[in-house]
Amino acid sequence: MRLTRRAALSAAAATLAVPTILPRNAIAQQRPSELRLGISTFLSGPSSVFGVPGRNAADLLIEQLNASGGIGGVPIRSVVIDEAPGVDFLLGECRRLAQNEGVDVMLASISSGSCLAVAPLAEQLRLPTILWDCGTQRIFEENSFRYAVRTQANAVPEIVAPLLYLLRARPEFSTLAVVNQDYAWGRDSWAIWKGAMDAIKPGVRVVAELFPRFGATDFSTEITRLQALRPDVIFSTSWGGELDTFIRQAAERRLFERSTFVLPLAESSLERVGKTLPPGVIVGARGDHWFLHPTARDTELLKNFTEAYRRRFNLYPIYPTFHMAQALYGLKAGYEKAIAANGGRWPSREQLMDTMRGLEFRHLTGTMKIRDDGQGLEPMLVGVTRHVDSYPFPVLDQMILYPPELVMNPTGTKGVEWVRLLTPAAVRRAPAPIAWRA
Amino acid sequence: MTLLLLLAILDGLAYAALVFMVAVGLTLVFGVLRVLNIAHGSFFAIGAYVAATLGTAAAATAAAPALALPVLLLAAVLVGGALGPVVEKLLLSRIYVKDHVLQLLVTFALFMVLEDVQKLIWGVQPIFQDAAVKALGPVEVGDIVYTRYQLFLLPGVAAVTLIGLMWFLRRTLTGRVIVAVTHDREAATAMGIDAQRVYLLTFTFGTMLAALGGALASPTTSLVPGIGVNMIVLSFAVVATAGLGQIEGAALTALLIGLGRSVAVYFAPEFEVVIPYIIMVVVLLVRPYGIFGSPELRRV
Repeated sequence: MRLTRRAALSAAAATLAVPTILPRNAIAQQRPSELRLGISTFLSGPSSVFGVPGRNAADLLIEQLNASGGIGGVPIRSVVIDEAPGVDFLLGECRRLAQNEGVDVMLASISSGSCLAVAPLAEQLRLPTILWDCGTQRIFEENSFRYAVRTQANAVPEIVAPLLYLLRARPEFSTLAVVNQDYAWGRDSWAIWKGAMDAIKPGVRVVAELFPRFGATDFSTEITRLQALRPDVIFSTSWGGELDTFIRQAAERRLFERSTFVLPLAESSLERVGKTLPPGVIVGARGDHWFLHPTARDTELLKNFTEAYRRRFNLYPIYPTFHMAQALYGLKAGYEKAIAANGGRWPSREQLMDTMRGLEFRHLTGTMKIRDDGQGLEPMLVGVTRHVDSYPFPVLDQMILYPPELVMNPTGTKGVEWVRLLTPAAVRRAPAPIAWRA
Repeated sequence: MTLLLLLAILDGLAYAALVFMVAVGLTLVFGVLRVLNIAHGSFFAIGAYVAATLGTAAAATAAAPALALPVLLLAAVLVGGALGPVVEKLLLSRIYVKDHVLQLLVTFALFMVLEDVQKLIWGVQPIFQDAAVKALGPVEVGDIVYTRYQLFLLPGVAAVTLIGLMWFLRRTLTGRVIVAVTHDREAATAMGIDAQRVYLLTFTFGTMLAALGGALASPTTSLVPGIGVNMIVLSFAVVATAGLGQIEGAALTALLIGLGRSVAVYFAPEFEVVIPYIIMVVVLLVRPYGIFGSPELRRV
């Protein structure tokens, strides 16, 4: 075949045009000059109490990762977007990041509603997405996603573990009241708790189901009602400013003296409410993390992170910071494993996501595994508050690390149905508590 | 049952007092200036943040318990005195003659700006300062523990504000001048009244009332981004139900909403969230101008 001048020019033009025409992922095997990371989190509104610590953790860890060579030798550049304006806005922003900003990986989001919408979009865009903080168990139960994984547990173990702890610590209780925020998380977490409680300890009388408005600033009426009802146990999955307010108002009115409180998200409020929160309250941490984690507190990794975070932000890290760390450590481990499996070449998006499933990686407080359906598995830390001299806020005592096989429903089952099959044996199978040490 | 009703009334009174303190400023400003001020929610929030900041500073002094309550009033005066005149002179005075939609947009824009200012100054972490509640201590009704702050101080301040405002508007020269401008600005101006000054005074006072509402709320709640939004929505419901510009109506509506909400928590918790709006819809269906409103000109 003769090579004409016209054919040669056409071939040269086509060669030059290919990189601009083809989507970025089609040439992803070439090592990029930077890894562009989109992060969606709450930067405004009440949920920014979690969103900003998450963003702060990302800033700090990305700096540290870049200082040590980035991921696979590629530096990370993050683009942070606010998910507060709502799902439609978030989806538009994700599209913009993927199509205009050339983002390689997305870390989304805090709101469960956001994650339920972003995961299908990730499939459309073929955009690797790590769900870094949202809790709804429905995402991987109701759908199968190739381009989305979650580097944390979900609502099922986050609620079942504190229930098992309560049943071990105070098995004789017979009445209970719930005070949850009136939105999806408040309702869903109550459904999980109620289903599991009825299965393990049938006959507990629920004396009040109170769902104050999301964003409520006053719980006086609810507290008066609870004082009159005198339930043995008060359960609340509230968080942020609302949980702080509920704790303060309950303490001022001595409600803690009358009932045992179970607060699965209160780890994130300990520093703020200080010793207003009395000893003896059952507290969860939404996973296997706390800056004084019973088995990891002396590791250099956790100590260095806590010190660096505290030095920079003048606060102790709370669970969203650990969730962000898990996402970034998971992403790094996933890329490194995929690069190794790819003979040292940069992996395609599909190779990365295939590697993420089944991945085991170390993070600040332990080891996490991502299941084949994309769901992360981690132990659940639950403890009881105790006042000590060394901290101006309560610490956790008698901590139990509930293994995922005890509190997480297996692949292919639905969490709200699985909890109804729990038996009292689950309470007895828990590991031994670990006492606080100074 | 009787005890439960008594408890519900006590809770409802405290809540109504807080709602009234914010709504009364909003209705006063609308009654006189005819501007529906969405930034009123921001003045509430800033009042709360300033009160918490002053409270924290006071808590570090030797006279902490004695200062716990005065700093709440000081916060309201500072916020009202600093923000009220500036906003009125630089912003509102330019849009009095403009369409109501534009006025809403301008005050909404101000609201958004002030929301970001709050985040810049105080951050996004919840802030709590309850020295005032602790200074007054708890009190028992039967075997139910209340705080004196909630049971006595909040309703007391609201009652004093209502009575004082009514006395001021009806018995003092300045109050009567405000009422005159409200009735007919042109006629009042023709008789030598400086309407601009009345607007400035009223808006500053309305801002102070919003800030006082925030300051009074601050010892009982965590201050987080967005608290102004929640309060302004509820205040609009109160003002619309009462009749725009109706101070006594705002008091009665706040009482209805407070009692309705607490009775709902006791007997039908599912309705707690919607009670204020059910009351508003029912009232507006029967009386489209609100409980105390009328198509006539009198608005204060």
